[in-house]
Amino acid sequence: MSFLRNYLNEIKPNFEEGGKLHAFRSVFDGFETFLYVPNETSKCGVHVHDAIDSKRIMSMVVIALIPALLFGMYNIGYQNYLAAGQSASFIEMFIFGALAVLPKIIVSYIVGLSIEFAWAQWKGEEIQEGYLVSGIIIPMILPVGCPLWVIALACAFAVIFGKEIFGGTGMNIFNVALLARAFLFFSYPTVMSGDKVWVANESIFGLGNNLPDTFTCATPLGEMATGAVPAASVMDSIIGLIPGSIGETSVIAIAIGAIILIWAGIASLKTMLSVFAGGIIMGLIFQATGQTPVEWYQHIVIGGFCFGAVFMATDPVTSARTETGKYIYGFIIGALAVIIRVMNPGFPEGMMLAILFGNMMAPTIDYFVVQSNINKRLKRAK
Amino acid sequence: MAPINVMNPVLVQVLGICSALAVTSQLKPALVMGLAVTIITGFSNLIISILRNTVPTRIRIVVQLVVVAALVTIVSQVLKAFVYDVSVELSVYVGLIITNCILMGRLEAFAMQNKPWPSFIDGSANGLGYGMILVIVGAAREFFGRGSLLGFQIIPEGAYDFGYINNGMMTMPAMALIMIGCVIWVHKAYFYKEEK
Repeated sequence: MSFLRNYLNEIKPNFEEGGKLHAFRSVFDGFETFLYVPNETSKCGVHVHDAIDSKRIMSMVVIALIPALLFGMYNIGYQNYLAAGQSASFIEMFIFGALAVLPKIIVSYIVGLSIEFAWAQWKGEEIQEGYLVSGIIIPMILPVGCPLWVIALACAFAVIFGKEIFGGTGMNIFNVALLARAFLFFSYPTVMSGDKVWVANESIFGLGNNLPDTFTCATPLGEMATGAVPAASVMDSIIGLIPGSIGETSVIAIAIGAIILIWAGIASLKTMLSVFAGGIIMGLIFQATGQTPVEWYQHIVIGGFCFGAVFMATDPVTSARTETGKYIYGFIIGALAVIIRVMNPGFPEGMMLAILFGNMMAPTIDYFVVQSNINKRLKRAK
Repeated sequence: MAPINVMNPVLVQVLGICSALAVTSQLKPALVMGLAVTIITGFSNLIISILRNTVPTRIRIVVQLVVVAALVTIVSQVLKAFVYDVSVELSVYVGLIITNCILMGRLEAFAMQNKPWPSFIDGSANGLGYGMILVIVGAAREFFGRGSLLGFQIIPEGAYDFGYINNGMMTMPAMALIMIGCVIWVHKAYFYKEEK
């Protein structure tokens, strides 16, 4: 790898003050710090630095997302061949799915990163790394039938209005990827929900099958919203062989990601567990009162519940910062997601709205946790 | 004429937002609303300015409200008589002009202290400034949300066959808030210089 380091050192003078490419300093800086941990130290005062910087955190999250992404690719192929009633080998299914998903990821990264780069150039700031994760999550939480230009628009919206106007990475109130999804959900409901978008219906490079325009396939959540019990078995839901957004279906793949995140100390176990606790308790209550036809554990395994709990609710920027606050924050999200699913048939999936609501409440939760701590200590002092 | 650009009531003082969010889903009601507010602010400023020396300070708000309410009723009846469909679309928001912050603000801040003619100009200009924002936001929302302007289809049918879809969120008030935010952004960046 040292040749890369040498090359960077070689071209570095061009970007420094007085160099001919000085205008593109922030671009170079972005790449250099992405590839190598910067060895700059703070110039004044005493600072405690974490051993891992945010670019490395982001890379770790992307690694944790890969199992879910790979499984999502396979599942797209599987659903397509299943719908056409044909059999195909694992490789064929996987390649078909990969061909369907890759353009979405590429579009998401190109649009989002070019806006970030342009913004950093314009403001003369360093390029921030937050989009590394958002850029891969956005395609993973969309249905496979979502057109590319719509994804491009959503990425632009999310980066500009979700992040940059708040001051960039680390300043945003709402989870950027979820904001992109929410924008699409309310702007283009025909490509985001319903029962036509969940299975890829065109063959790519001779792989896959063309499905008729009239073909429909509801997600288990869609079936649930109409009051029916989902047709998919619990086993299928856990493995992930059900129609749904690209990355959200497989509980096993997401669990692998969760283990990576917790092992690396990036995502908070407290938030994750309390999201599940909230969902399970609400599921039990609804089951006991007979308001929902499904068992409590089905709420956890279908739809985006796991994906949201593991990758989105734990976003360190938008979740609660205090340790007690994380329990409350997670519980609100889990409970609310199931409440929305059961009580509001207009929104079959409540996870997105629940997490956005949780993001909004997080500063308030933190405030009350800190205040109660202050009050407790004041009482002790008396 | 400062209120139209540099001191625009919507962009700088951020007044009158509620009705600006509610009536701008299409261009036509936005135009009519802007016009109605312009007429009402202009004439209420004029009338209050004429009355300003005879009104006791303690009941001035009541007097202002009576004048505004009378004007709003007139405008509302005129709208019902001549453009009934728009008046139905605007529904309560014509009546709610009475509570429009721009109106009360101008009456209190300007008409109570100034001569009739400058007051009339001030009122009309503030109304126009408000109407201008309404038209900008209304046009953008109708164009992106419905593909039309003033009810005429602008985006060709071919685009829809090609996969273009109208942006449903543009017809919701949430997007209107973001649009107004963008207008304020552009305004602050290029026109408005903060006094230091």
